[in-house]
Amino acid sequence: MSRLKTVQIGGLVALAGLLLVGILLAGGIAWEKYHGGSPTTKIGGPFQLVDSQTGKTVTDQDYKGKWLLIYFGYTHCPDACPTALNDLSLALDKLGDKRRDMAPLFITIDPERDTAEVMKDYAASFAPDIVGLTGSTDQIAKAEKEYRVYAAKHPTKDGGYDMDHSSIIYVMDPSGRFVTNFTHETDPDQMAAKLMSLAS
Amino acid sequence: MQFRRFLFSGLAAFVAVGGAAVAQQAQPAPTVEVTQAWARATPGKSTIGAAYATLTAPAGDRLIGAATPVARLAQIHQHTMENGVMKMRQVDAVPLPAGQAVVLSPGGYHIMLIDLTTPLVAGQSFPLTLRFAQAGTVETKVMVGGVGASGPGGAMAPMNMAPMDMSGHKG
Repeated sequence: MSRLKTVQIGGLVALAGLLLVGILLAGGIAWEKYHGGSPTTKIGGPFQLVDSQTGKTVTDQDYKGKWLLIYFGYTHCPDACPTALNDLSLALDKLGDKRRDMAPLFITIDPERDTAEVMKDYAASFAPDIVGLTGSTDQIAKAEKEYRVYAAKHPTKDGGYDMDHSSIIYVMDPSGRFVTNFTHETDPDQMAAKLMSLAS
Repeated sequence: MQFRRFLFSGLAAFVAVGGAAVAQQAQPAPTVEVTQAWARATPGKSTIGAAYATLTAPAGDRLIGAATPVARLAQIHQHTMENGVMKMRQVDAVPLPAGQAVVLSPGGYHIMLIDLTTPLVAGQSFPLTLRFAQAGTVETKVMVGGVGASGPGGAMAPMNMAPMDMSGHKG
């Protein structure tokens, strides 16, 4: 008799456990749906960095309401970064009034060498409205993680280092959501056309 | 008989000289033609840069080194793009197949200029010495374009203009 009771209680506990797992799963799925997809595929997020022009701390919230055009690179980059930044500046030139709705950001992946002083003039050489952002190693690492940017030091024979890095321009909408990205295959005309259609 | 011998030796001499001329033609002094050397202006306070050029070795050669008075070091680098990740690596040489124009250009090979002693200014030029395995050294003049120049043709164009010459753009 008592044996049967134990089995019954055991069954009840197992049922309750299953129910709990089900509730958790459903809740998890609902949470993911509500927050715009699985967190593992999300690109972009909160960041806290230093504006090289003002020397002040800025966050993603400071750019709310604008289209963010974010490129991660470094100033000791002789080829890829100038190409990307120049393509971006050529695209901005084609936007007319819509240019005011854009916040082009150049975020360094090499905070050790790219101080605010270095970043300030560098970004402005390409276009006056491209803002160079730097920060502490931790701040930069966090921003890289949010944007799923790959960046790694590669030591050179002369004792210095180069950076291997993702060379991508991210486009975030005025609410901070990832919309699309541009690569080295995207020419300035294509960038401008896409931005015009998005911002219209 | 005497005349015949004379004729024969004359012919032999002619063949020998002709043969030597042919041999010489087959082995001309190795040369490399360096054209369209260009670089981008230095953005901000940056102390690095890159020089590009078109190299043609009629008999084939290898670019093995570079030097310039405007930088402490000039190295041969190659860019590769893997899954959106840009990597830059120093290489020992750039192979120059016989008669084929090899274009050093953004996204491919470039001469990396490390620790510039003076910023590169658009519209100006600087000397660059290239060292080849066969041809020895060749000096060239590098024209400086805008900070985002994309090729030698657009090197003199203002930076806000669309690139005019895409020949050096795609590797």
